[in-house]
Amino acid sequence: MLQTQEEISRLKTIVQSILDEAKNQGASAADAGLSQESGLSVTARLGDVETIEHHRDQGLGVTVYFGQRKGSASSTDLSPESIRETVSAACSIARYTSEDEYAGLPEKELLATEFPDLDLNHPWDLRADEAIALAIECENAARGYHAEISNSEGASVNTHQGLRVMGNTLGFLQGYASTRHSLSCSVLAQRGDSMQRDYWYTVARDANNLESAADVGRKAAERTLRRLQARSLSTRQCPVMYAAEVASGLLGSFIAAISGGNLYRKSSFLLDALDKQVFPEFVRIHEQPYLKGALGSANYDGEGVATQTRDIVSGGILRGYVLSSYSARKLGMPSTGNAGGVHNLTIDPGAYDYQGMLRQLHTGLLVTELMGQGVNMVTGDYSRGAAGFWVENGEIQYPVEEITIAGNLKDMFRNIVAVGNDVDYRGNIRTGSILVERLSIAGE
Amino acid sequence: MELLNLARQSILAPAGIQDGDIERIINQLLSAPVDAADIYFQSSHFESWVMEGGIIKEGSHNIAQGAGVRAVSGEKTGFAYSDRIELPVLLEAANNVKAIVRQGQEAQVGIVKAASWPLYYAPLNPLKSLADQQKIDLLRRVDSETRKLDSRIEEVIVSLVGVYDSILVANQDGSLAADVRPLVRMNVSVIVQENGRREQGSMGGGARSDYSGFIDKDKALEYGREAVRQALVNLEATEAPAGNMTVVLGPGWPGILLHEAIGHGLEGDFNRKGTSAFSGRVGERVASDLCTVVDDGTLQGRRGSLSIDDEGTPTEKTVLIENGILKGYMQDKLNARLMGVKPTGNGRRESYAHLPMPRMTNTYMLPGPHNPEEIIRSVKKGLYAKNFGGGQVDITSGKFVFSASEAYLIEDGKITRAVKGATLIGNGPDVLTKVSMVGSDLELDSGVGTCGKDGQSVPVGVGQPTLKIDGLTVGGTSV
Repeated sequence: MLQTQEEISRLKTIVQSILDEAKNQGASAADAGLSQESGLSVTARLGDVETIEHHRDQGLGVTVYFGQRKGSASSTDLSPESIRETVSAACSIARYTSEDEYAGLPEKELLATEFPDLDLNHPWDLRADEAIALAIECENAARGYHAEISNSEGASVNTHQGLRVMGNTLGFLQGYASTRHSLSCSVLAQRGDSMQRDYWYTVARDANNLESAADVGRKAAERTLRRLQARSLSTRQCPVMYAAEVASGLLGSFIAAISGGNLYRKSSFLLDALDKQVFPEFVRIHEQPYLKGALGSANYDGEGVATQTRDIVSGGILRGYVLSSYSARKLGMPSTGNAGGVHNLTIDPGAYDYQGMLRQLHTGLLVTELMGQGVNMVTGDYSRGAAGFWVENGEIQYPVEEITIAGNLKDMFRNIVAVGNDVDYRGNIRTGSILVERLSIAGE
Repeated sequence: MELLNLARQSILAPAGIQDGDIERIINQLLSAPVDAADIYFQSSHFESWVMEGGIIKEGSHNIAQGAGVRAVSGEKTGFAYSDRIELPVLLEAANNVKAIVRQGQEAQVGIVKAASWPLYYAPLNPLKSLADQQKIDLLRRVDSETRKLDSRIEEVIVSLVGVYDSILVANQDGSLAADVRPLVRMNVSVIVQENGRREQGSMGGGARSDYSGFIDKDKALEYGREAVRQALVNLEATEAPAGNMTVVLGPGWPGILLHEAIGHGLEGDFNRKGTSAFSGRVGERVASDLCTVVDDGTLQGRRGSLSIDDEGTPTEKTVLIENGILKGYMQDKLNARLMGVKPTGNGRRESYAHLPMPRMTNTYMLPGPHNPEEIIRSVKKGLYAKNFGGGQVDITSGKFVFSASEAYLIEDGKITRAVKGATLIGNGPDVLTKVSMVGSDLELDSGVGTCGKDGQSVPVGVGQPTLKIDGLTVGGTSV
């Protein structure tokens, strides 16, 4: 811990030297960031180690402003000579970019001033042989689960620590350490001509919060087996339930549509939706940047602006956009502290668990996997490949694949029927399963 | 060889690394009984310029350099990398990775130059091929000419990206191979608006070359015209049909079909492990006899081309499917050795910080006997898909998708009206068996493809003639 603090101090000195160099080279303002990451990834397959990867990355990035003109540069070399060259490259670019009245550092009063410990740094003292043993245990749990588990893509253990420091010429200079550990497993199952693959994973800031290797392996096996002998559906319209692990994609599209960049470029299907009903009344979507130990927690955004605990949607009404300083100025609003994205975006869970949600679905499609991009941000038109299960009377009937689901996101958001309390906490978007009233299914 | 000296100068000389140092690292790796080992040195310069809202809004310059050290024993791989090209760091990396095998041995290897191979692009530095002012002038001209095309244009975004990438691979036999790889890309995207309805269009191109290709014959202005054309077509588009129907794919970029439906499934790693829907099927029929598909890294200056892959193997034109019969897989060294076949020059990696694996280069179908108009005329009712966004495949189940961004209905042998974009889904191992007509109009894409696998991105190319598929699921909303 002490070592980490010393290292952060050292990186702060380098960031300050980058800012000083920018001033020396004539910049009127600048911001700079430094990252240093190290990690270990181990994969075991068919009971033996397959790869051991040692990761070590570093990088610096700088943006300089000459009045309203800006230029950016980055490098993997942190030496003083490289710093001079990188700053010089950024300054050289700023000679050619245009005056942009909206460009510049954030407003000083919006910068973060309080830096509570968010409990993000839990280094995992894991030797390569221990990681291998864990991966093998995980894969064995999957392979031994059932005779139809026929092959494996292996199990992986990853542990990473990153140090990030950023500063700007308004006097902001902060850094923190964070860790991220994960365990994943992917296996194949075969029955007759049908071969399927699926996976499961667990991820956490603190290795103590990971699911056990045995659980990850067992879930990977169960998820793979249940897909065997999937068939297509006939073309129809029906209700669709997004399992929690894919429902986050729906909210991701919502966030993209209310992000400043898409709004000022007019490439969003939610232009002018502020203060309007976008979701049904029961929907609340909010940001929780200060959750201890969570994957999306941060005291400040990519520009040093303080993050906010806030409602983005309440009563189904859109209460705010997702803005950086630049996009905020373009729209004539203050930054919302979202340069780089949202923080622990959460949709309030409803009354039903997974089984309860299936009963609400009653008869329709449960989607557990989506394929392809197929989302048009400008129009909201949505068409994606899907796999999952056909459900009747709240009971899973059989697995389905080789179908598409299609609609328009604007309608889909408005027609959400229920949000489950089967929340998936493995990402920056926290949601339970989501039931949408009706979509078009194309199949055989 | 000139390339080797260029790479030595740009990557090794600044770090003070000599051939003797490389020998020491390799010998360190070989002090364990490894089957293969390599060191991959890389120095990469990247620039990007973006014009938006009528101004030059962003510019950036990035330098990345480093080395990756790998040792392979059987199916096991040890790997470490560093962005510091320094002898003690690399020796430590070598010491870490050889721990993948346990006992030691003695080895002495001396550096030798690899044999020469044909080059499919010149070692140009695109970043220096134009003065910065000329790059800006190019962006401004494309922006203003595109804006003039139609009064319904609301926004135009023009971007220009250039990469100058030098690599040097030292293999366990002491051979040194180097490559200098230019890569450029330009893109124009537009938003149009009419009566409150907004649509977008986007077109770009690129090559392993310098920027001159965008200026010659005003190629860049064509991208603007094409982006506007697509956006205006989409303003007229009505709901896409849903269900299984005959689909005609246009030439060129729709070849993403081949990349997703069969390309990934024919990569050596999945087949060595038996996880692909194509595993163990060499010699079997996987397509109609009209179909011959190749992966070809040897096309002059194409985005997906490589003179040598990232393991130093010269690339090839590899026949994947010949007259409908599966002929072989795409291989890197590891999987070729384990499957007892020859590497095909498909061992690629995103950078020194990533492990190589079998990847595609330029994947395309050879032309067939049919006139494209004759193909359209033969369809009573179906979909004509001309442009696409991305795609994805599940290599085990074989299911793949690709998303049309410009499509039309075919009714009674005629293209009638534009329909909205929709995702198409099919089954890789049998989709090509339903190819009933193949056009004579082979086109390659304009040089925009990027392929993702296991979190690694590499530039690729695709291509095909006009194709008729008797039955593919179209994911529209009109049930």
